[in-house]
Amino acid sequence: MRKTGPSGTASRNRRGVSESCNTSSARARFLPWAPLLTLGIMVGPVVAGLLGTVAPAFGYMPALGGDGINLDAFVMLFDWPGITRASTLSVTTGIASTALSLLLVALICAAWSGSRAFRIIERMLSPLLSVPHAAAAFGLAFLIAPSGWIARATSPWFTGWDRPPDLLILQDPYGLSLIAGLVVKEVPFLLLMTLAALTQIRTKQARDTALALGYAPATAWFKTVFPRIYAQIRLPVFAVLAFSMTVVDVSLILGPTTPPTLAVQILRWMNDPDLSQRFLASAAALWQLALVIGALILWRLGEIGVGHLGRRWVASGSRGGATRSFKAVSLTAAILSASAIVFGILGLLVWSFAGFWSFPDLLPGAFTAKTWMRHAMNLWPIITETLIIASVATLVALLLTIACLEAEERHGLRPGSRALWLLYVPLIVPQIAFLTGLQTLAIYTGIDGNRTAVIAMHVIFVLPYVFLSLADPFRAWDARYGHVARALGANCDGVLWRVRLPMLLRPILTAAAVGFAVSIGQFLPTLLAGAGRVQTLTTEAVALASGGDRRVISVYALSQTAVALLPFALALFVPAIVWRNRKGLRHA
Amino acid sequence: MPEPGLTLERVTIRRGGRALVEISDHVAPGEVLTVMGPSGSGKSTLLSYIIGTLDPAFDAKGRVVLNDDDITDLAPEQRHVGILFQDELLFPHLSVGENLAFGLRASIRCRVERGRQIDAALDDIGLGGFCDRDPETLSGGQKARVALMRMLLSGPKALLLDEPFSRLDTERRDQVRSLVFDQARAKGLPVLLVTHDHADAEAAGGRVHRLG
Repeated sequence: MRKTGPSGTASRNRRGVSESCNTSSARARFLPWAPLLTLGIMVGPVVAGLLGTVAPAFGYMPALGGDGINLDAFVMLFDWPGITRASTLSVTTGIASTALSLLLVALICAAWSGSRAFRIIERMLSPLLSVPHAAAAFGLAFLIAPSGWIARATSPWFTGWDRPPDLLILQDPYGLSLIAGLVVKEVPFLLLMTLAALTQIRTKQARDTALALGYAPATAWFKTVFPRIYAQIRLPVFAVLAFSMTVVDVSLILGPTTPPTLAVQILRWMNDPDLSQRFLASAAALWQLALVIGALILWRLGEIGVGHLGRRWVASGSRGGATRSFKAVSLTAAILSASAIVFGILGLLVWSFAGFWSFPDLLPGAFTAKTWMRHAMNLWPIITETLIIASVATLVALLLTIACLEAEERHGLRPGSRALWLLYVPLIVPQIAFLTGLQTLAIYTGIDGNRTAVIAMHVIFVLPYVFLSLADPFRAWDARYGHVARALGANCDGVLWRVRLPMLLRPILTAAAVGFAVSIGQFLPTLLAGAGRVQTLTTEAVALASGGDRRVISVYALSQTAVALLPFALALFVPAIVWRNRKGLRHA
Repeated sequence: MPEPGLTLERVTIRRGGRALVEISDHVAPGEVLTVMGPSGSGKSTLLSYIIGTLDPAFDAKGRVVLNDDDITDLAPEQRHVGILFQDELLFPHLSVGENLAFGLRASIRCRVERGRQIDAALDDIGLGGFCDRDPETLSGGQKARVALMRMLLSGPKALLLDEPFSRLDTERRDQVRSLVFDQARAKGLPVLLVTHDHADAEAAGGRVHRLG
């Protein structure tokens, strides 16, 4: 897209279309309400769900015979022998994986931003991001397991193993493999958020000034750029922390088992045929929420502490050095993190076609399509279900997002920074804390267990991502195109449908692809809202985890990855084909 | 008594209490009024007020009357005021011909007739056969001509020019400038030109109003 000409004109006229768009059509009457409706859709269920968790946690749930208010459930929870361990695991794995991911992202940006290697990293981001958590976790599991690729590649010549060693690498009691699985998925996410922040802040000048004053590049970046970047990515970091502490699907695959992390245990209690366990589950969900809030406060205190030390470091005037080792370390870490996903997926591919495969052979003795053929029949309806849910959820999210952004334009309803917090509500409030309550409420209303309920749940989580992805390109559009179109006789809707949306085709498709991938990856909302009766690739793949049949798991995890990747490919190729003769839109 | 042309009646545009623009004037059909002033003096703001896309952050008073119709409170698309910006702003997703079709009045319904008029318009500006071209592949002068023709096809009753020649090189600038003014005169359109370039003002040959 063309960049705005004289910077002043465009920004001054940006909201200029407003007021004059008040026609009396039904759509025009709906539009001013779009932001409120969208917020309601995102925040409403979270609030309702939390209430639905709080009530039974304190014993109130008439449907199950609980009509008093008491602390029995909490007493039961703290009597459970695993409570200390499960709670500790939640906190340690969450904080460790968030801190590691952030450190890694900061190192990569400090050492490499602006270089050619950085642009390659940027290009790899979208595909890495779109790989669902579960598939990435399975891939990693098959790499690091005692009989995994890494062990095979180093045996027996290096390790001396001629059969898989009896080591507890996967699902280790300290949650180390869980942390690794989270880091490889959170690094691309935080990196993307950092890149977006980097384009908003003019970082080059500050950094160049520091370079001219004799600072080593990485030191210059940490001292001048990082503080401002961090202020911009704080909300995504909080989201990562809350997510890592409470994730269920990755934890089922890579996390410890006796006891598991708290979130997994809550799910077990939720799924217990004995419905009275719901009280316990609700109390535990509330406890989980308290842990997350506690960890967020701890993190915030950490920020202040690090900020204090950082200021002293800046004031010390130390120029730093060791540029080369900085670059080497950060690049190695980036490559390791990316290849954990890439080789993980490759491993899934090999396993899904593997015939007999003995240890320590690097590749199977024979390749066969047998596993695929055997599961094709089961796979199709599940793929269809997954696609329907993701398509509808994404479409709803996209329409609401465009309505919000257009309302912002026409009626000047621009959200403040506080509204941005609301956008992050579904991403920061742990899913397990409010979905538990929503399901409890669903028992009363009888709306659970069908596709519509699942789609409604998915919209809550797809919306923030679609909005965050589309808002910047939508707002950056040169408003003078709209002014010209209106002077030529087009009305507001005409400008939107005939000029703005077609020009924004690429960012719209990208936002849709992001939303699609988010929907595909949802495990807990699908499971709870679907009451186990709605099967998607994700729920099926994760359900297979305990069975341990690597070939079948690979077939499902690969299908899941393919379905999530496909829209990104479309977002890339459709505009390239539609606009093949439109040079002005090639890089839009 | 009806008075053809574009009339600005005691137009005052303020921002935060400070008056940016104060103008009261009449532009007769075929006449060019040049508004001059340094950047930031509110020239473009005046134009967005006249076409109806003024940012609500501004506070405007006064009336805009076009051929005896008060258009002050009309939606931009109902005002029939054409505008050319410094950038041509050809829609990048449409071909050259589709850009012109976007401008061409919808009252001409017949597809064949629309096609004929667009071909004729392209011939008029020396771009015959450019119908299916990507606008991005055109030179600066060609784009400027397409933008002008797109606006003329919408049947405007007045013409606003927001420094439309400043991006062109000297040779093209004279060419495009005389094309614009000749067309406006031939169609009897009142023209309001905003510029900081004295050469533009001289070429326009009309009265000059200074801002700021």
